[in-house]
Amino acid sequence: MDVAGLTLCAAVEGLRKKTYSSVELTRAVLDAIREKDGALHAYLSVDEEGALRQAAAADAARAAGHDTDLLGIPVAIKDLINVEGQPCTCASNMMQGYVAPYDATVAARLRAAGAVFAGRTNMDEFAMGSSSETSAFKVTRNPHDLERVPGGSSGGSAAAVAGGEAIAALGSDTGGSIRQPAAFCGCVGLKPSYGRVSRYGVTAYASSLDQVGPMTRTVEDAAVLLQTLAGVDPHDGTTLDTPVPDYRAALVGGVRGLRIGLPKEYFVDGTDPEVMACVRRAVDACATAGAEIVEVSLPHTEYAVAVYCIVGTAEASANLARFDGVRYGHRTSRPASVFDLYARSRAEGFGQEVKRRIILGTYVLSSGYYDAYYGRAQKVRTLIRRDFTEAFERCDVLFTPVAPTPAYRIGERCEDPLTMYLGDTFTVPASLAGICGLSVPCGRTAAGLPVGLQILGPAFGESVVLRAGQAVEQEVRA
Amino acid sequence: MSRYLVTIGLETHVQLKTLTKMFCGCSLTFGEEPNTNVCPVCLGYPGALPVMNREAVRLTVLSGLMLGCEINRHSTFDRKNYFYPDMSKDYQISQNTHPLCLGGGVTIETPEGPKRIRINHIHLEEDAAKINHYAQFSGVDFNRCGTPLMEIVSEPDLASPDEAMAYLLALRQQLVYAGVSDCNLEEGNMRSDVNISIRPEGQTEFGTRVEIKNMNTFKGIHAALKYEIARQLAVVRGNGTLVQETRRWDPEQGETQSMRSKENAHDYRYFPEPDLVPVALTDVQIEAWREQLPEAPAARRERMMAEYGLPAYDAGVLADIRENADFFEAAVRASKPGMGKAVSNWFMTEVMRLLAETGQPVGACALTPAALAELVQLVEEGVINGPTAKELLPELFHEGGMPAARVEARGLAQVSDDAALHAFIDQVFRENGKSVEDYRAGKKAAAGFLVGQVMKVSHGKADPKRVGRLVAERLATRT
Repeated sequence: MDVAGLTLCAAVEGLRKKTYSSVELTRAVLDAIREKDGALHAYLSVDEEGALRQAAAADAARAAGHDTDLLGIPVAIKDLINVEGQPCTCASNMMQGYVAPYDATVAARLRAAGAVFAGRTNMDEFAMGSSSETSAFKVTRNPHDLERVPGGSSGGSAAAVAGGEAIAALGSDTGGSIRQPAAFCGCVGLKPSYGRVSRYGVTAYASSLDQVGPMTRTVEDAAVLLQTLAGVDPHDGTTLDTPVPDYRAALVGGVRGLRIGLPKEYFVDGTDPEVMACVRRAVDACATAGAEIVEVSLPHTEYAVAVYCIVGTAEASANLARFDGVRYGHRTSRPASVFDLYARSRAEGFGQEVKRRIILGTYVLSSGYYDAYYGRAQKVRTLIRRDFTEAFERCDVLFTPVAPTPAYRIGERCEDPLTMYLGDTFTVPASLAGICGLSVPCGRTAAGLPVGLQILGPAFGESVVLRAGQAVEQEVRA
Repeated sequence: MSRYLVTIGLETHVQLKTLTKMFCGCSLTFGEEPNTNVCPVCLGYPGALPVMNREAVRLTVLSGLMLGCEINRHSTFDRKNYFYPDMSKDYQISQNTHPLCLGGGVTIETPEGPKRIRINHIHLEEDAAKINHYAQFSGVDFNRCGTPLMEIVSEPDLASPDEAMAYLLALRQQLVYAGVSDCNLEEGNMRSDVNISIRPEGQTEFGTRVEIKNMNTFKGIHAALKYEIARQLAVVRGNGTLVQETRRWDPEQGETQSMRSKENAHDYRYFPEPDLVPVALTDVQIEAWREQLPEAPAARRERMMAEYGLPAYDAGVLADIRENADFFEAAVRASKPGMGKAVSNWFMTEVMRLLAETGQPVGACALTPAALAELVQLVEEGVINGPTAKELLPELFHEGGMPAARVEARGLAQVSDDAALHAFIDQVFRENGKSVEDYRAGKKAAAGFLVGQVMKVSHGKADPKRVGRLVAERLATRT
């Protein structure tokens, strides 16, 4: 069987109708990985035996009368989400050889639903990057053009789903790390609202921004996967105890009467004209289908990347302190002192981009600089959040490009971190505001590269975002 | 030579009496095998997140209410960043800008009278792990890592090592009273860092501040302060300059040693802990907790003096330990009115002697307040005499039960009937003619001997007062 075009919902139907078993389905995914990953480099590790064991257990459970929306479905996992007994390297030399001693809550929820862990996907080291090129182990390729990046940091998950090596995957998004690779690779990616999905067991980059979300072939698949992931977690005090709606049920209804806001700060010169044309086409299609288009303003947009660089790196500088060579991870040989142990273990274990962000984050928190950087950034973050609150008084969702360009060439931006950071201009504000955002394919460039539409909704407004995404998916055939 | 004034401020870490750690479900025990009470959270594993221990918050607020602090309705946690193997995350979760409690204070007794020592704030944080050093390597035991600690930061209101001692004792008493901590020094339940400076009399500005760490006992704090005052005086009197620094107390050498100067001070890079939402406390919640507060020791002393007519000394001794005061009051309530002083006498002498002998808290012995009340009542009513009661008390202390039943069963009731007593006296005078003659020859001490002999032949059951009177009468009548 071929898993290339298979959606999660179709796969579940196939399992329910006994067209194939989970073992067959899982084997097909493993075969696809073996066949294609030599070119794509989407995975860091695959536990074939473990996956087939889980699949057999799922088949047995189904035979015993059990059923869930994920029972027997292989799901690829970004390599920063802890799954007990599996590696969790965060694509870093620092954590090579590490075996996770416990399940992240999202992993436990997938496990409880009977999903199969298909493999660990490549990413930017510790999720720091926008192209998956900062991985210490391999450079993942864009399935639509192997010379181009898949985006990042969840580039492995995006490439696996888009390249037919996975049916669905988990990614994580701190400043766009689900949405941008989904756009670059032409799949669907949802960053849930902050507090919607547990972060417990997800190696932290920036704690006030990180969220785990689904990366899938369709909006409906994203809704189904989110259904299992979402909800309050006693292990994560920042999850909110608000009801989890039926996301799949929310998909129907289309965009008739929906107020779609176009933030003017996101429709400015500098964005690739082909990207802009695709986004415009999606807007027009929704207007034709009965949506109301309103122009809105998010006046503090231009400061978002700067705020993100300060808040994100500040939190990262503390979050990554624990990788010190004392309890786990890379430890230098024969250190002369405790300080030497720290300095050399970290110098050897971390890559350049990670070091850059740790140093930047340490600097902005330093005595004498805190107020000018971190303190100021927090104030601007409040203004950015307020921008969205006010915008959502005038519209139900916002439509924007996900990224200013389609996927760029491998190596093109490696020496230019600032340009790389600015590529996150359209995704970072929603992260700072804690609202939800969906990346859904809305066309291709002349060269055949996918373009993503970003649909932003208010905090805990996943239902309306998914509903709009479903409509776009139907109206705009990519 | 000018006189110098001493200024001392204390930062006291108190381990809270919770069942589990500050941010995870690991249990809190003392003396277990290293690294047995640990989990991904307190070991700082990738992806692990802290979850607030609400009981630690309650106990800290209770402490704040006990010490007269303002309770912050909106309290936040911060990360204090520093690299050291004792901190698994390489940052400590603490409270920097919005601690749970602000202000408050403790009153201590000084030779010049009562003195108020102000508290700056109380914040909640997690303890570090314990590092054990061996010949070739060091080991980290994370059992203690993540233990809830509240830090009580005093204002620099203390003027001598004695005052520092009095402050710590008063603090400990209040905290044990409130039931928030055992304040067990051996188990490291209460540890203090000290800030100390000296300045010439007449100068209003504080002198150069020195911080001292690593004092594990109250005695150690006292010794370190005494040493440090002498050291600082020697420096300034030798025309030297004191430097702002952190020093470490070496109990073996009996001296403080420089750890790091101000230039090398840590930059902790505090920032708000993004993994924890702020603690929001309502007035209703705080008032409900205030209801749980026990009476403060000083107030209790005053009330016990007024209510039971106790002398200040008795009330002070009894109120010192909450369990003792509770026991005493329960015993008084079980007695007839007006027995306060009598119960106090028995508790403070006999019961406290037995407690000291056995090293037990009163809650651990078999004696009940009702049994003590009954025993005192039996003495007061003359059913048994003092010596019999003193003999009975250890039995009740160790074995339990009620005294009246024992008196009944063993026929211990005292003999006050004159006819019976005269019979005993007849026998004693007959058998001790020499002593009677001695008395009459002027050796008055012989009377006491004769009384003792009467008690003896009565097997201790004679009413000693009555016997004394009857013996005196008999000796006076010359028959």
